[in-house]
Amino acid sequence: MIISIASGKGGTGKTTVSTNLTLALGDRVELLDCDVEEPNAHLFLKPEIEQTRRVETPVPKVDLEKCTFCKKCQEICRFNALAVVGKQVLVFSELCHSCGGCMLVCPEKAISEVGRELGVLNFGNRDGIRFINGLMRVGEAMSPPLIKQVRANANPDKITLIDAPPGTSCPVIAAMNDTDFVLLVTEPTPFGLHDLKLAVEAVKLLGIPAGLVVNRADLGTDDVYRYAEQENLPILLSIPFDRRIAEAYSRGKLIVEEMPEWREKFVGLFEQIETIVNRSKAQLCANS
Amino acid sequence: MKVAITSKGVTLDSEVDPRFGRAPYIVVVDTETLEFEAVDNSSNVNAFKGAGIQAATTVCEKGAEVLMTGYCGPKAFATLEAGGVKVVDDVTGTIREAAELMKSGKVTYSTAANKEAHW
Repeated sequence: MIISIASGKGGTGKTTVSTNLTLALGDRVELLDCDVEEPNAHLFLKPEIEQTRRVETPVPKVDLEKCTFCKKCQEICRFNALAVVGKQVLVFSELCHSCGGCMLVCPEKAISEVGRELGVLNFGNRDGIRFINGLMRVGEAMSPPLIKQVRANANPDKITLIDAPPGTSCPVIAAMNDTDFVLLVTEPTPFGLHDLKLAVEAVKLLGIPAGLVVNRADLGTDDVYRYAEQENLPILLSIPFDRRIAEAYSRGKLIVEEMPEWREKFVGLFEQIETIVNRSKAQLCANS
Repeated sequence: MKVAITSKGVTLDSEVDPRFGRAPYIVVVDTETLEFEAVDNSSNVNAFKGAGIQAATTVCEKGAEVLMTGYCGPKAFATLEAGGVKVVDDVTGTIREAAELMKSGKVTYSTAANKEAHW
């Protein structure tokens, strides 16, 4: 089972929820930190990093000896990563989305692939809990290819938890797509609700069952609860605005370590998710 | 001399559009005769990425020797440079005024982009 933890608004508590859920469930889970632009789950889970691997994405290289400057490569590229000017072909590899289209359409077979460094993958573990994160190269603009590489290393025999990046754009879709459940973490503020709505719409498009964690639940207004009811979004856990939680966080400690009674609450959160996922799978089978 | 000028409209009295890649038109003017062609750049206005690169290849294909515009980013600049097109930026006023300025020779050619890349 794959569960992605997303939010819309940043800073609502995705990493708090994903790291605590991870530690509460123990070695039957693995945690993938897919917030590759600023991964931080390792600061709280504190895994021992055992291996670091550099990853690349293919981009075109043009052999000007073979090129006839027909511009077919330029025409097929949606992202304008190739420009044929006079007797030159400029490759803007930072715009390339690695589709391979230019290679396919080149009648002279003048295009081959070289690598553009995306960043690194770190593999580690904490008390038998598998941990992977991606760290994007400084200067790289596109995170989805790296997020996909983090996910490609998931172990299908484990429960996979994915700490998603904030927002609702391509990186978030890359982290949520093809998961069994999206756990949305929000806070009961107008900004939290505004971005939660965007995230909920994105999850609907992907057709994935979802549920809510309301963090700092005793702040703000009750609009988020009304919205959840309207949308039939189950609230699976509420985390209060508690000084002890804030203090633990500020020291890089997990709630389940500092306040052991929370372990059970996070296990309960998982059990509710499991029930929803099983129910929706049963429904899918019944419908097909 | 043939010069390409980014434009908000299709006549010599149209205003120069300060954007290069996403200007609605690129007017290619002969500075001697003031004969001109307004090239529709609208397909680029909503381009996903690389509007400047695409517009730059258009300018090169039209055989212009100089591009006059407001802002030119690094990828567009590199493309124009590869095509041997010189760049004059910070241009304002009408297309006619820009063409006359070019004819008078009182222009400074850019040596680099004057705008950050877009993502």
